[in-house]
Amino acid sequence: MDGSPDLKNAGPAQTYSGPPDYRVVGRHGVFPETTHDEIARLNFLAHMNRHLATRVMPAVKTAWEQRAGPAFETREGRPPKDRHEVRKALLSDPYYQAWSALRRATMEQRQQAGRWTALRQAETLAAKVEALTTTGDRLELDPTLPIPRYVSAVDHHCMPGSYHREVFPGDVSGAANYDSGIFATTGGALGRFSDGGGHAVVNWVKRSLPDFRPRHILDIGANLGQNVLPIAQAFPDAEVIALDVGAPMLRYGAARARSLGVENVRFIQGDGSDLSRWPDGHFDWVQTTMTLHELSLTSMKAIFHEIYRVLAPGGIVLHVEQPQYGPDMPLFEQAMRDWDAFYNNEPFWSTMHELDIDGFMIEAGFDRANLIHGGVTAVVDRDVFPDAADDEGEDYGRKAAWHVIGARK
Amino acid sequence: MSIDLALALSSAKPAGKRPYFMDPPLERVLNILMTTVQELAVTRERLDTLERLLEAKGVFDRAGIEAFAPTPDQAAERGLWMQEYLNRVLRTVQQEAEALQTRDELASEEVAVEVSRVDA
Repeated sequence: MDGSPDLKNAGPAQTYSGPPDYRVVGRHGVFPETTHDEIARLNFLAHMNRHLATRVMPAVKTAWEQRAGPAFETREGRPPKDRHEVRKALLSDPYYQAWSALRRATMEQRQQAGRWTALRQAETLAAKVEALTTTGDRLELDPTLPIPRYVSAVDHHCMPGSYHREVFPGDVSGAANYDSGIFATTGGALGRFSDGGGHAVVNWVKRSLPDFRPRHILDIGANLGQNVLPIAQAFPDAEVIALDVGAPMLRYGAARARSLGVENVRFIQGDGSDLSRWPDGHFDWVQTTMTLHELSLTSMKAIFHEIYRVLAPGGIVLHVEQPQYGPDMPLFEQAMRDWDAFYNNEPFWSTMHELDIDGFMIEAGFDRANLIHGGVTAVVDRDVFPDAADDEGEDYGRKAAWHVIGARK
Repeated sequence: MSIDLALALSSAKPAGKRPYFMDPPLERVLNILMTTVQELAVTRERLDTLERLLEAKGVFDRAGIEAFAPTPDQAAERGLWMQEYLNRVLRTVQQEAEALQTRDELASEEVAVEVSRVDA
């Protein structure tokens, strides 16, 4: 065998580079059942997202360079001074309007498709989750916990009900919708269990900190735990806490973890800005994965202070996020990355990405010499899924390639 | 009960005022159109599944679809279907054309006034 193609097998699959069929999605004991047509609907959406990113969106840059940008300079007699001026100028460009309207429509269609599937079996799902979570100590909810304003003001990702609302007591349809539809939003770029980010963090930690043996791990903003399970599996002797404010996500996440056979994670309802139930120095590792951009400035600062307090000396904190907007990032790219902030209900996204995260960590107590910076891409089964490391395209905030910002105490 | 929930809530609006990028009535039509496009893809995928299952059961050969040539009668029947179909889909354009050719046409609202007059 010399690696040359076997012509007998040279069917369309040999050259196909689009999203995989939804049927490769990872299923577990509380994953919603999907009909043929529900799957076809998600297949369409995965393709639609890919098409928008690779075929439609690139010419927004052309529209900016050749039309909207020059028009701005003619009108104002100067170039735009920040990304907000770029975005507002783009809003009157017909091509940006078309791309934006299609992208928003696709987001709404994705929510509709996933909600139909989850809601039509909502009671069955709730019963399955209850059966998997009534025994043991892997789930701890706090109905008195106030839902922070940054979660309740608008529904993140245009996801009706967001992370915290339920249609009836015990309802997990919002979580089931999130879990089953993310594959379509990302075109499978996060892998079978939408956990490519978690695997990426594990790989990064094992490579960068080979001697690190954490015993107590805290994941803040754990959602349904999709990114913390790979961490728990990689460190099976560690006791892992998945913390989130959204009860339906935690309930579903605890059932999901149990059905996947991951026993060393406790799902606890709580707010990262108040970790007072844990003593100083309790954790060896505190993780946030795509969480910071969903907070507010005051909560982020409070969370950073609490993280510093609960970390043991030598412990690490890692935040995984999309890249920050630095002075080297063109204003056009910043404006494009801001799309989700304003048009997909991610209100802190824009501000968060311009902040000096290093500065806030130092203010919380970390030493500048102990800050950590790195980059990771989703780790997926490359036979089935597109690999972000091979992808030279850019989807401005949606690509499965992230920055790691962290610190060692 | 879950089906009622799904019918009532699956198309719910998320909290947060919706941005419009185009004239809202135009974007409304685009949104309806894109969902129709999605449902056409769903139907196409279902048809493909059906063809492949029938082929696997030896009911027919998919290559036969490509090789199929209608007889003159079949072609005429299909042609008629296509004419009827376009006629139906483009109804609004035909009516617009007819309106262009009609002079001094009254609206029903105007006639309502006329036929309600006491002295009419």
